[in-house]
Amino acid sequence: MAKELWKGNEAIAEAAIRAGCDCFFGYPITPQNEIPEYMSLHMPQHGKVFVQAESEVAAINMVYGAAAAGKRAMTSSSSPGISLKQEGISYIAGAELPAVIINMSRGGPGLGTIQASQADYFQSTRGGGNGDYRTMVLAPQSIQEAVDLVQDAFDLADKYRNPVLILADGMIGQMMEPIEWKQRPSVELPPKDWAATGRHGREKNNFVTSLRIDAPDCELHNVHIQSKYDRMAEEELRYETIGCDGQEPEIILASYGTTARICWSAINRLERKYGIKAGLFRPITLFPFPYDQLHQIASRPGVKAVISVEMSQGQMVDDVKLAVNGAAPVHFFGRAGGSIPTVDEVADFAASVVKGGAGK
Amino acid sequence: MKPVYVKSKGLQDTELHYCPGCSHGIVHKLIAETLEELNIIDTSVLICPVGCGVFAGNYLACDAVEAAHGRAPAVATGIKRTCPDQPVFTYQGDGDLASIGIAEIVHAAMRGEKFTTIFINNGIYGMTGGQMAPTTLIGQKATTAPLGRQKELHGEPIRMCEMLSSLGGLVYAERVCVADVPHIIKAKRAIKKAFTKQLNNEGFTFVEVLAACPTNWAMTTRKANEWVLGPMAEYYPLGVIKEV
Ligand SMILES: Cc1ncc(C[n+]2csc(CCOP(=O)(O)OP(=O)(O)O)c2C)c(N)n1
Repeated sequence: MAKELWKGNEAIAEAAIRAGCDCFFGYPITPQNEIPEYMSLHMPQHGKVFVQAESEVAAINMVYGAAAAGKRAMTSSSSPGISLKQEGISYIAGAELPAVIINMSRGGPGLGTIQASQADYFQSTRGGGNGDYRTMVLAPQSIQEAVDLVQDAFDLADKYRNPVLILADGMIGQMMEPIEWKQRPSVELPPKDWAATGRHGREKNNFVTSLRIDAPDCELHNVHIQSKYDRMAEEELRYETIGCDGQEPEIILASYGTTARICWSAINRLERKYGIKAGLFRPITLFPFPYDQLHQIASRPGVKAVISVEMSQGQMVDDVKLAVNGAAPVHFFGRAGGSIPTVDEVADFAASVVKGGAGK
Repeated sequence: MKPVYVKSKGLQDTELHYCPGCSHGIVHKLIAETLEELNIIDTSVLICPVGCGVFAGNYLACDAVEAAHGRAPAVATGIKRTCPDQPVFTYQGDGDLASIGIAEIVHAAMRGEKFTTIFINNGIYGMTGGQMAPTTLIGQKATTAPLGRQKELHGEPIRMCEMLSSLGGLVYAERVCVADVPHIIKAKRAIKKAFTKQLNNEGFTFVEVLAACPTNWAMTTRKANEWVLGPMAEYYPLGVIKEV
């Protein structure tokens, strides 16, 4: 198929429609506005539902309702709005409903800035709302990958009956890139026999709820939910490595999304400017995190250090440390609050780590 | 032998957890009968509140979804917009609807969402133990207003029927109570009318029920019902507030 030039936000919206999204509920916030704008025009043309909600709180609860009725539901927002959605996301996870949520994240805290940021890593991967739950978190680094992941996200949400979060940033949302709409194989998914669709002759009513008032019952429910996360870690890990296999890198850059793209170039710069061989470890699933895979790479002889490169003050670095677990020293390099690290900054920092003996 | 009274098929065969004298059970029964009479038990979806009505999905026989506190109108919007042929209704207390969920109910009414809301106004937070609600009457004591509600401190109680009636999307708002048999009959009529209008796709329909909470009002059942018919009905006038 021929490549087409698409803006990130619009491509993501179109990808959702192609994935069979039945309904979209949103609220304006920069830098994701093109998603609800695109949906407001195109969803009705496909006979699908678009509602501009009164708030992000309402939008995520509309998602909750539609998902409870067995529909493929999606919402999108950016950091402050995603914070407001956390209540609903917790309920969606607790009631075991599928839903897709897009975060075109921006710098915080508070109102922060509309520029791209990766400061929502903790909120995304640690639960965000109340209770012992996780969202599956997918982090695209390009428009093509965003489009592919959005379509996967609906299947993964249905498979696990769990919210799936696409964690991108304003950069992915706003830039334009050529993409290809791929023919996708249809996936076999469990029937939604739990949905509140009206009984239509069913013997007992379906009651979609996150309430488990008796503690032993609530504990069992938590154990069950946890078992889904364990299964995700077995079956759904996604990551990419560059310059790691057969190339004996001295240093590993660990980075996701936009900063991983900067790290590609930094790897070249390190080789040419400093004669240092570097590799990239790019997690695509941030939850579940590919701990063992990163550990194996960090454990190779010749690897002097691992550097987590982020647009934050150091969040994914916690997972990188858990993964590396002493196999090599772990360093952090980041820019925060909407600033984006340059290729030179990353390369120079990495070189200083190698030259400085790579110790902690 | 011909039975003179049978329990509605709209109710499940289970015990309710409500306190003696509480109005929730009566309203459940009226809804159940309405669903049965309109033949929509099998198609309807109930959205439960956070509050004493949280278990309503265990009592009513139709499918149900439990919403976060105050969010039932948003949840109902998500269901009704994607399943327009299904009857959808929310069942909400006054803390749920008139306090934490005020934005959701106002905007659902503004959009004219084609579902029905049954609003249980007992003037108090029942489930959490009798704290002040936006609907608590002036002078009425609550566990967070130990000296009674004061106008200067807390403002005057909110009249939801009247407030929502200013919105074009709302086609029917009636305030009823279930404090005695004649009023129960009127309440049933109002609930059935609201569902019928929904089935005709007319717009958003709203029934406010002045409800007794003897436990948290620290009253006997009889005194509680007198309170409903007296001071409550005086501040919250019974009857049709809007019908188009
Ligand atoms: C976000 C959130 N805040 C507070 C609560 C605690 N809470 C549970 S029920 C309730 C009040 C319910 O009162 P009302 O809506 O008047 O219904 P009633 O119990 O009187 O029927 C509150 C505040 C909660 N569950 N969730």
